[in-house]
Amino acid sequence: MNRIAVALLTLLLTFAGLAHPNDQRAGRVAVPVVKIEKSGTCVAPTEEMRRDHMKMLFHQRDRTVRQGFREPRFSLKGCVECHASRESGSVLGKEGFCSSCHAYASVKMDCFECHSSSRHQGPVGARR
Amino acid sequence: MTPTQFREIEGRSGGFFALLCTLVLLVLAGLGAAWHMEHEGHHVTGMSNRIVWGTPHVFAVFLIVAASGALNVASIASVFGRDLYKPLARLSGLLAVALLAGGLSVLVLDLGRPDRLIVAMTHYNFKSIFAWNIFLYTGFFAVVAVYLWTMFERRMNSHSARAGLLAFVWRLVLTTGTGSIFGFLVARETYNSALLAPLFIVMSFSFGLAVFTLVLMASFRGTGRALGDALIARLTRLLGLFVAAVLYFVLVYHLTNLYIARHHEVERFILLGGGIYTALFWIGQVLVGGVIPLALVFRPGASRSRTAAAAGCVIAGGLAQLYVLIIGGQAFPQALFPGKEVASSFFDGVVASYSPSLAEIALGTGGMALALALTVVGLKVLPFLPQSLSDAAIDPAET
Amino acid sequence: MSLGRREFLAWGTAATAGAALAPVISLVELAQARSPEEAASSLRRWGLLIDITKCADCDECVTACHTENGVANNGRPRTDAQWIRKVNLRDKRTAVAQTLPLMCQHCEDPPCVDVCPTGASFKRDDGIVLVDKHTCIGCRYCVMACPYGARSFVHETVTGQRPDVPRGKGTVESCTLCVHRVDRGDAPACVEACNRDGGKAMLFGDLNDASAEIHRRLHAEPSAQVRADLALDTGVRYQGL
Repeated sequence: MNRIAVALLTLLLTFAGLAHPNDQRAGRVAVPVVKIEKSGTCVAPTEEMRRDHMKMLFHQRDRTVRQGFREPRFSLKGCVECHASRESGSVLGKEGFCSSCHAYASVKMDCFECHSSSRHQGPVGARR
Repeated sequence: MTPTQFREIEGRSGGFFALLCTLVLLVLAGLGAAWHMEHEGHHVTGMSNRIVWGTPHVFAVFLIVAASGALNVASIASVFGRDLYKPLARLSGLLAVALLAGGLSVLVLDLGRPDRLIVAMTHYNFKSIFAWNIFLYTGFFAVVAVYLWTMFERRMNSHSARAGLLAFVWRLVLTTGTGSIFGFLVARETYNSALLAPLFIVMSFSFGLAVFTLVLMASFRGTGRALGDALIARLTRLLGLFVAAVLYFVLVYHLTNLYIARHHEVERFILLGGGIYTALFWIGQVLVGGVIPLALVFRPGASRSRTAAAAGCVIAGGLAQLYVLIIGGQAFPQALFPGKEVASSFFDGVVASYSPSLAEIALGTGGMALALALTVVGLKVLPFLPQSLSDAAIDPAET
Repeated sequence: MSLGRREFLAWGTAATAGAALAPVISLVELAQARSPEEAASSLRRWGLLIDITKCADCDECVTACHTENGVANNGRPRTDAQWIRKVNLRDKRTAVAQTLPLMCQHCEDPPCVDVCPTGASFKRDDGIVLVDKHTCIGCRYCVMACPYGARSFVHETVTGQRPDVPRGKGTVESCTLCVHRVDRGDAPACVEACNRDGGKAMLFGDLNDASAEIHRRLHAEPSAQVRADLALDTGVRYQGL
């Protein structure tokens, strides 16, 4: 009896493993588009940005709103200026820097109901 | 006195399911209305930048005030030692919790950002009476839950009196807090009075007892249980007393304002020239909510239908009273520059227009339906209702 | 360790010079724009002085404010936000007419801050009253509490926000004294517009700074607060009221 259970389990796991590869998953959920169009480095290493960007934004948001610090380093405006798409001028939209990743990770963002999601200055000329 | 037998209601009849379905439909309509308001923004309601609290708040405040009042019946039994009311204490606690849940749901669903409820639970400004109320409301649930437990659990029965006292004090503080939401508004002539706290307390006695009496009569009738005339007569007289007390406080409130020159205009607005608000004050609040119930209650010779009519009038009049207080109070322009006529694009100096939208009414009635649905479900799952409240079952000697 | 005579003198001189220079340095600092790495300071109290005898029959301040802050007109006057408005007054007895701009008065003791359950409505150290829209739940109690009708509730979805002025549905907002401009050393948009195209009636400055024009005039000329009876100590003062 036990042996059968183990065999069944192994079989199941094997199929689960086969079903896993990326190409199959990508068929169902669009893999995020992370296009870095602007040269130069971000305010922190990529690994740190991926893990902690919301912590940085949260920290800066309270410093700016409550105390009036206006350091450019972690400002949301700065993120948008750099990462807005060259075509649409925005970090939102289908291939938007913020929205495509957040859609993939299924994490709701509440920033751009109030904040502008578009680049307003800079070389791209995507002014609205 | 024989110990009272409590029993769940059957809850299998067609009538029961029809009632429950109606209530659930009303709750769903309320949820739909709330979704519509949040999705479109509040511009689809009758509310505006001048009338920021509208019909949902009338219903919400009514339910919250009635919730603390519904607990009074239990308090009379355990705090003031009237054994006649003891069999009613469980229902009283259930109604209190259900009405508060209904009222708070309306209040929360009307917020501009109901998704940020967690913010309201984690960020507090302790100078705000609103923040205090969040503690008072959640505490009320806990205190009443403990109180109900001491009533249900035989081993805890001996603590019931103490829990009842705590619940009674808590509910007084809670209604003081609700009244002070308006009473602490220094900048508005229509509020800004310490009298609002005690006025809200007597209003809660009256509205809460009216709701309690109706629910008691309806549930006993629906389940075919015996309800004695002596008890009904007792509740009816008490209701009359509370209605008179509300009228007294309203009288004192307006007399005080009539004496103060800078309040003359607002008094003229409410009492004479305020259109719908004047009509609601005299016809809704004073006549339907005060004079008619008093006449029904104190005319010799009692009948059940008369008691029910009086309680219904108290509820209708109470809603009218809160409409006049909350919406009429905002419609009247703030005194920006005393002694001057004021005009602007922001409707300064003029009476703000307001007509309730369907969504607001649906949200408000949804809250009421939720309160009743919770009560109905509560009655079915736990033994809240006594088997019998006939005159013989409750001690007739205790008068 | 013993201090030599020479070192003692040197330290002493430096200390004296430092003590004498310190107030000068702080004055110089106050007169300049704050650096982005510096917090708003309670040494300052930003305010406005509005001479309504000069207030022309125009709405340059209103237009400038709503353009600067991206406050759009949706054609729904009952629910559209207004951060600043022109108020026309007429004395009930004498019929003397006046006009003035009215906005958040940036009270020292703001009722909106007292009543806010979450602390979203707050006063910054330099006296500017703001709404932290990240913690505003949209209960509108502050709108009920404000004596000046200065606050608006955002009744519908906002698009096309200005990058410096986030605004969104379901929260309350009001005049920020153009905090984003003040923080980079500029005057609020209304003041700039009034002095460029209007009646030159508005003056912006630090009420605590003895060298500021607003300080000098407030100390030399009579001025009034709206609803002074409420004792809120407003940061916006009027002349000729």
